Amino acid sequence: MPAPGSLKRHQTRTAYTFLLVPLVFFLIVRFVPTLMSLRMSLFDWNILKEQQPFIGLDNYRELANDAKFVTALKNTALYTVIGVPAQIILGLAVALMLSRVTALRGLYRALYFAPYVTPIVAAAWVWQWLFSPQFGPVNTALVWLHLQPQSFLTSPSQALATTAGLVVWQNLGFQIVLFLAGLAAIPRTFYEAAEIDGASGTQSFWSITLPLLNPTIVFSVVTGTISYLQLFTQVVNLNFTDQGGPLGSTMTVALYIYQMAFGRFQMGYASAITVVLFVIILIITVIQLKFLTRRHDL
Amino acid sequence: MNKLLTLALALSLSASAAPVTLTYWQYDFASKVSTMNDLIKKFEAQNPDIKIKQETFPYDAYNQKVASSVPAGQGPDVVNLFYGWLPQYIDSGYLQPLPEKDFPTRTVESTFVPMIKTSKMNGKYYALPTSVRTLAVFYNKDLFKASGVLTPPRTWEDFIAAGRKIVKGAPPRYTQLGFGIQPDGQDYHMLREVLVRQYGGTPYADGGKKVNYDSPAGIKAMTFYTELMTKYKLGTPNFFPGNNSYRDAFIAGKVGMIIDGSFAATTIEKGAKFNWGVLPLPTFKDNNVRGNFGSYWVNGITKNAKGDKLAASVKFIKFLTSEETQRTWLRSVGEIPASKKLSNDPTLRKDPVYGPFVYALPFASSTLFVDEAGQRKAWVDAINTVLLQGGSPASAVKKAAEDEQKILDGYYK
Repeated sequence: MPAPGSLKRHQTRTAYTFLLVPLVFFLIVRFVPTLMSLRMSLFDWNILKEQQPFIGLDNYRELANDAKFVTALKNTALYTVIGVPAQIILGLAVALMLSRVTALRGLYRALYFAPYVTPIVAAAWVWQWLFSPQFGPVNTALVWLHLQPQSFLTSPSQALATTAGLVVWQNLGFQIVLFLAGLAAIPRTFYEAAEIDGASGTQSFWSITLPLLNPTIVFSVVTGTISYLQLFTQVVNLNFTDQGGPLGSTMTVALYIYQMAFGRFQMGYASAITVVLFVIILIITVIQLKFLTRRHDL
Repeated sequence: MNKLLTLALALSLSASAAPVTLTYWQYDFASKVSTMNDLIKKFEAQNPDIKIKQETFPYDAYNQKVASSVPAGQGPDVVNLFYGWLPQYIDSGYLQPLPEKDFPTRTVESTFVPMIKTSKMNGKYYALPTSVRTLAVFYNKDLFKASGVLTPPRTWEDFIAAGRKIVKGAPPRYTQLGFGIQPDGQDYHMLREVLVRQYGGTPYADGGKKVNYDSPAGIKAMTFYTELMTKYKLGTPNFFPGNNSYRDAFIAGKVGMIIDGSFAATTIEKGAKFNWGVLPLPTFKDNNVRGNFGSYWVNGITKNAKGDKLAASVKFIKFLTSEETQRTWLRSVGEIPASKKLSNDPTLRKDPVYGPFVYALPFASSTLFVDEAGQRKAWVDAINTVLLQGGSPASAVKKAAEDEQKILDGYYK
């Protein structure tokens, strides 16, 4: 029988060996392309041209003066600022209510999860109908309530919020599942103790539920922010003939990358935007992890 | 010696008898693919030593697919391309010019309708179409009757009068439109190539390198077009949701008139459950200048085709651009023939559906694109600043001109 130390070493070695396979895969499909796009961003890389001249930082300089890129950045920031808090607050609220539901529990959960597994293209299509200025049920409801009908997706000032609404609605199911798991992990004894001490429901929410949900919230904020910063599919499908429109009001950075790369074949320029987006996401994620993660030792 | 000669002869014979296989690419459109399959069968029967392999890709990804095959040196021998993509593909060396001896420039220009001159680069033709498309007005005869419009419009003035009788509801809640206005449909082509010319301007100068519509004619054209919505309230863009809003709404019987291409005829034919007709694009009462926008898809030979393959590709393109193929294409796909002779054919000119499109062929112009999507976006955005934000037509035209000139300069630098 080997000494306990050698068994542990053996287990560690096995763990490393098994981790190596996905690591190599990860390096090839994630890191190599990232480094390649970093390199490509320094070239005037049009796939239809025979020459791909080196131009140094010219792509980045052009980017700084590109009004459309600035709009895309601004829009992407707006999506994140609207979408992330909205889906966390709504997700938590629904999860709290669902955690109290006992009858038809599975059905309720399935219903809330359905939008998350619905194909985005189909959801976008339905969204267009719902918010159609002429026939949409949303506007019909507004008229019934004697309110002004709105243009929603066809108005440059409302399209972004309407698009964000679709994303929030779709992500909600996933948020709820996360929070339900987080809520289930909080020991009942904490609430019982609080009750004995005479704490109100609100007090236990602020002092027990919310702090103990911190890991879930951090996870939601970080992954949610990244997904909003990479927003693409919904925007593309909500206005297929004028993607990112009307008037660029729903344009995102990811869509702009796509248009530059596969619409105009300017791979170098698109790569430069990719690098900028990468850096932005990296910085934001590091900051979020630093400020949001707090230890709550049990 | 004699034996050796026979052997050599036998070898060369067997070499030439081995079938050449050509790969042909086009985008995936049901009637085009099935028609092409039939045509290929016919071609292979006439040329037993040539085999054609057709490959198709979804429309949205087609240009990407073609472009990404270029640097890899892969892809088809004969390729179907939108004429607007030609400058890029010719500059990249992807297409080879059609051999002058098989397709003499003078014969090409006397055989085909004038708009194909757009695809002549460096004095040579690199690709030729089977069929072409122009624009016309599709109108709902039943809605016309129900709204008391007795004669179909010939002039823009009539067009507006008819539209005003048909439209129902008020902005933003229309229930029925007089005109299915849709800048990102075919409208921006009509505005750029038809209205600008009808107001006495020319949209481009210097062989397509210079934007020329930032002019009084351009402003008048933009004003006229946007007033269809803002002043005359004939309708609103995106009346129906989806990618083909105006056409879907027309097919649903909710729109009096739309401006669309000949390629829409088969879709409308299949979907519309009412009486409809086609009218030539209107002219202005006081000057009567006609104009139209023509577009087309061309067949070209890529740099991959060499030797036997090149010879076979030439044969295949001759077959694809022949009058017989053009007739088949009209019958099965519904696109109008690219041959001058066929478009002068009296039965075709009198055809109630295709007649108005054919009528427009002699005076249709095509835009020379270097970045079709980008150039379209410049116009659609400019129109939208007027329609959605109440901007002035003059500044919208100026903005479109600046944006588009930037794209052109970036390309021709």
